[in-house]
Amino acid sequence: MNKENKASAAKEKIKKEPLFHIAKRAPLPFWKSAMIRVIAVLLALVVCAVVCYILGEGKVNPLELFSKLFEGNFETERKIWRTLKDIAVLLCISLAVTPAFKMRFWNIGAEGQVLVSCLASVACVYYLGSSLPNGVLLLCMFGAALVTGILWAVLPAIFKAKWNTNETLFTLMMNYIATSLVSFFLIIWTPDGSSSLKEFQIGQLPVVYNQYLLLVIIVALLTVGMYIYLKYSKQGYEIAVVGESQKTACYIGISVKKVIVRTMIVSGALCGLAGFLIVSALDHSVTTNTVGGRGFTAIMVSWLGKFNPFIMVLTSFLIVFLEHGAQEVSSDFPAINSAFPSIITGIILFFIIGCEFFVNYKLVMRQKEESAK
Amino acid sequence: MDKSVALDLKKITKRFGNVVANNEVDLTVYKGEILAILGENGCGKTTLMNMIAGIYYPDAGHIYVNGEEVVIRSPKDAFRHGIGMIHQHFKLVDIFSASENIVLGIKDGKKYNLKDVNKRVLEISQRYGFNIDPTKKIYEMSVSEKQTVEIIKVLYRGADILILDEPTAVLTPQETEKLFNVLRKMRDDGKSIIIITHKLHEVLSLSDRVAVLRKGEHIGSVKTEETSENELTEMMVGKKIELNIERTDCLGLGERLIVKDLNCFNEEGVKILHDVCFSVRGGEILGIAGIAGSGQRELLEAIAGLQPTESGEITYIDPNENTSIDLRTKNAAEIRDLGIKLSFVPEDRLGMGLVGNMDATDNMMLRSYEKTHVFLDRKNPKKLATKIIDELEVVTPGVSTPVRRLSGGNVQKLLVGREISSAPKVFMAAYPVRGLDINSSYTIYNLLTKQKQGGTAVIFVGEDLDVLLELCDRIMVIASGKITGIVDGRTATKEQLGVLMTKSTSIFEDAEIELNRMKKNDEGGAGNE
Amino acid sequence: MMILEYLLSALALGMTFLYGSTGEIITEKAGHLNLGIPGVMCIGAAGGCASLHLMVMAGINIPVVWVVVGLLCAFLSAALAGLLYSFLAVTLQSNQNVTGLVLTTFGVGLMKYIMFGLTDGDGGVPYLKTLSAFRFPFSESTTSLQKCSITALLAVVIALVTSFVLFKTKVGLNLRAVGENPATADAAGINVVGYKYAATCIGSGIAGIGGLSYIMNCSGSREGYLSIEAFGWLAIALVIFALWKPHLSVFGSFLFGLLYIAGSFIPSIIPIAGFKTMWATPLFEMLPYVVTIIVLVISSIKEKKENQPPASLGLSYFREER
Repeated sequence: MNKENKASAAKEKIKKEPLFHIAKRAPLPFWKSAMIRVIAVLLALVVCAVVCYILGEGKVNPLELFSKLFEGNFETERKIWRTLKDIAVLLCISLAVTPAFKMRFWNIGAEGQVLVSCLASVACVYYLGSSLPNGVLLLCMFGAALVTGILWAVLPAIFKAKWNTNETLFTLMMNYIATSLVSFFLIIWTPDGSSSLKEFQIGQLPVVYNQYLLLVIIVALLTVGMYIYLKYSKQGYEIAVVGESQKTACYIGISVKKVIVRTMIVSGALCGLAGFLIVSALDHSVTTNTVGGRGFTAIMVSWLGKFNPFIMVLTSFLIVFLEHGAQEVSSDFPAINSAFPSIITGIILFFIIGCEFFVNYKLVMRQKEESAK
Repeated sequence: MDKSVALDLKKITKRFGNVVANNEVDLTVYKGEILAILGENGCGKTTLMNMIAGIYYPDAGHIYVNGEEVVIRSPKDAFRHGIGMIHQHFKLVDIFSASENIVLGIKDGKKYNLKDVNKRVLEISQRYGFNIDPTKKIYEMSVSEKQTVEIIKVLYRGADILILDEPTAVLTPQETEKLFNVLRKMRDDGKSIIIITHKLHEVLSLSDRVAVLRKGEHIGSVKTEETSENELTEMMVGKKIELNIERTDCLGLGERLIVKDLNCFNEEGVKILHDVCFSVRGGEILGIAGIAGSGQRELLEAIAGLQPTESGEITYIDPNENTSIDLRTKNAAEIRDLGIKLSFVPEDRLGMGLVGNMDATDNMMLRSYEKTHVFLDRKNPKKLATKIIDELEVVTPGVSTPVRRLSGGNVQKLLVGREISSAPKVFMAAYPVRGLDINSSYTIYNLLTKQKQGGTAVIFVGEDLDVLLELCDRIMVIASGKITGIVDGRTATKEQLGVLMTKSTSIFEDAEIELNRMKKNDEGGAGNE
Repeated sequence: MMILEYLLSALALGMTFLYGSTGEIITEKAGHLNLGIPGVMCIGAAGGCASLHLMVMAGINIPVVWVVVGLLCAFLSAALAGLLYSFLAVTLQSNQNVTGLVLTTFGVGLMKYIMFGLTDGDGGVPYLKTLSAFRFPFSESTTSLQKCSITALLAVVIALVTSFVLFKTKVGLNLRAVGENPATADAAGINVVGYKYAATCIGSGIAGIGGLSYIMNCSGSREGYLSIEAFGWLAIALVIFALWKPHLSVFGSFLFGLLYIAGSFIPSIIPIAGFKTMWATPLFEMLPYVVTIIVLVISSIKEKKENQPPASLGLSYFREER
């Protein structure tokens, strides 16, 4: 609307002001901004139902979509645990990228940082597995994962701090180097040429109750820890100041470069932890698809969660919930195929991203504003 | 004068919120004349010009160009009426050449041919005596070259009325003289030139008429040949107004801070401080007066360890142990770690002094968090925030409201309160009352006086001369990065300050140095070719 | 002969990246880092294949129509995805990185969904029947020469035309000004929002052709579409490698093509003892990214202004904030 008005007005000899213009609004109270977001999610679900109806060639009852969403996540105990596990992994990676984002450092290399840590953990099992007791092996895996995760994260940070190299592009490239390394080692490790590594029986985290509980506990602790780190620690405070204003940081004597490098070390270390957990608690193996795009999804989780670890629990739940639900739909209805989940996730995220505009900006009617003056 | 009128303003009024920037201003500009607009900071000169150039739209009043009433709602409209403005902050794309910048956005239906543009640019340059290479990239240019590009950009679009907003602020005397020659040629060519400036000698040497603005009102216009420096100063600063700010006697303590021969370049490589020398004693308020952008900000930031300097000394003298420490080569963190109690209220409150998105408690913590170990201590900052809110009557919903949501005065109280809370030995404040209402301003004045009574050395950069004269014990005047005088606050007059602020005594001396430098450069350049 | 085969294959593969990088350069010159390019290329491929599928099923049998309509549909469907991106990133001021990543998720999913469905009753793939039309005029050739057909040449043409428009015309000047300094462009009377929209949509459309071109030209197989996403990321790398200049990315794309498939060709060209094709492939595939990082780092250290990313890349422009 606005744009059209502007365009047509430009043609007239004497310009008329556009009908309404966009203005930043004062921060909304929590419940109001939450309302906007809830409405966006609901709208998105309606659109999803329509899409589902069309794709299902009319055979899928849109209302069934919603019951499938729940079935896909909570129908059996196994499904609930699967949901919890996926939330835990996604949340773990999201927590890892959060400090960097809070500092306005656009690290989109979590995918590579986690993958390379997975690779390092597996390498430990492959080369040392037969000679070390399980506990020591696990420690080695953990150490290797941390070191590689940090390496992958700190390289772009050093260049950013020193020469202001664009960190978004740098971290993006690092992802594909990690992927290629994984395929390289897979070829070396599988003499039969299959490129698929058998699951290890060693180097596994102990089973507590079931395979997933320990993982969930670790990530839960990590969530609380990250909240405390960001909110109550000195380093977290420095991250916030650097992210808000580098000028203020200089004014009170924070070394911005030091904070950038240090924060990326933390970020990389947590990606390393995520990689270690994926290998030792879940996959016991590695493929180029081990992280499977979760490094990118984590960016959205963190951003949509406003870098608050507890809200991020909700956003990661939302994404996992949708994915599982959509998988259920596609497996139950032959007309809908397995690519359906990413379409649904995409639509919902588009709506959530779009609604942020209405949280931060408002449309002001021109006449109203002038009479108010 | 039988010249025809080029531009006529009738009863132009513009308000920003409650502040009246221009009140019923009438102004006439003739063809083929240079009109200087003179006034102190914040008198509404730039706002008025922005309305002619289409940046702002007036709330009331009429604009006539060549006798016809016009509506100017955008820079495009202004261009259509032949009005072009050269802003203080250049609007140029760094990686483009001069010609590319000049032709940017022009819709004349002509084919895009840079060679033709280069030719036309050279034509315009020759006509008015500019010296410019149309293919040179902006990022390789000096400030004066960039300004030339801006002027040609306006001429290229066929402007007949040119507005220049403090064009000489960034130029050397040599470059200034060159610019003036160009402007005179344009005038002789029949163009109308409006030049905003505070420098009296420039007004007298360049303009045909002077219009003086004060507090948003047009005080009067005079012919340059019929006026004098004294008359203009008086028109500009007005009569002294009694403010009744309490001023206590100096404590006469020893020197706290000595600055000697300080030289400093800004980010663009322009020399912004020239051999600055002064000292401050404990228990006195040293005011710094001067036109905005004369180097005040850089001076304070250099002392606070935020601005790299070229040469000189900044010595801090510890009152208890009587030891002296050189601060010039130290950064903010090092100064803090030395335990030097130096507080600084910067000009940019929310961009530098405080973090807008954080609440009062977290903003208090900016100064104290370093002392804590792994975890933050929010208790004491919260206590401090509550105390400041109580004592300084800060209007806020609470300590956990982001400070961005508070009004300017309340933000400033928080900032000043925090800086005072560390019981500083040296306290610096840059424009601490800018944008504040009367009551908040007086709160700040009282706080400064209290600091002085406690033995602190206070440096106060202000813009209102009346305030400086009633608040400060001594007033140092800075003009174009040089100290032009230090006067006693109790005996000095407003006119005296006005003259010092607009004075550049050493202009001839400088010009000579500059000339030599340029000669050398020319020789060097010839060698390269 | 092997060498020629290698060079030709590299050239043909490189053209896929070239489409993507030309499109991304146009977008980035308007100040938008569109990380949705892989998704956009996928959507282009899907849109093109869907139109071919429909034409074949409807019995339209004119090769020229296949090619023209196919490319047009690829362009339009990808441009539509670009429109979605611009609406979010320009009008709604959302974060460019996040928007782009979501677009990639969405685009890849959408493509897979559509491509699964494009089979006839017996599991055959109708759109592949049009292959020879896309490989004109080398369709009869039995070497890799056939891959260097009109769609591959079109990529070079588009890249060169883009370079010309960007650096030699008023429109290009305006566009670059928008990406460098939108406030200045706005003050000069340029419609910043309009340029951002147009650049993103046209750029996306060109990238979309790349997706279709890969399927019809290079892979020619049913599963070909699965690697388009990876090529999308390579296209973004190529933008950096070519320092935001489409004419340089013509060479860059050839080099990337050479590196990407070096693993499977080098051993048969230069026999090295103990050199195993299998091992080498991933290492060679890694090289384009390594080279790109080196270029990125060197150009940031050298700080040559012309070789930097557009100054306002990744920032959204809101007029009232200037």
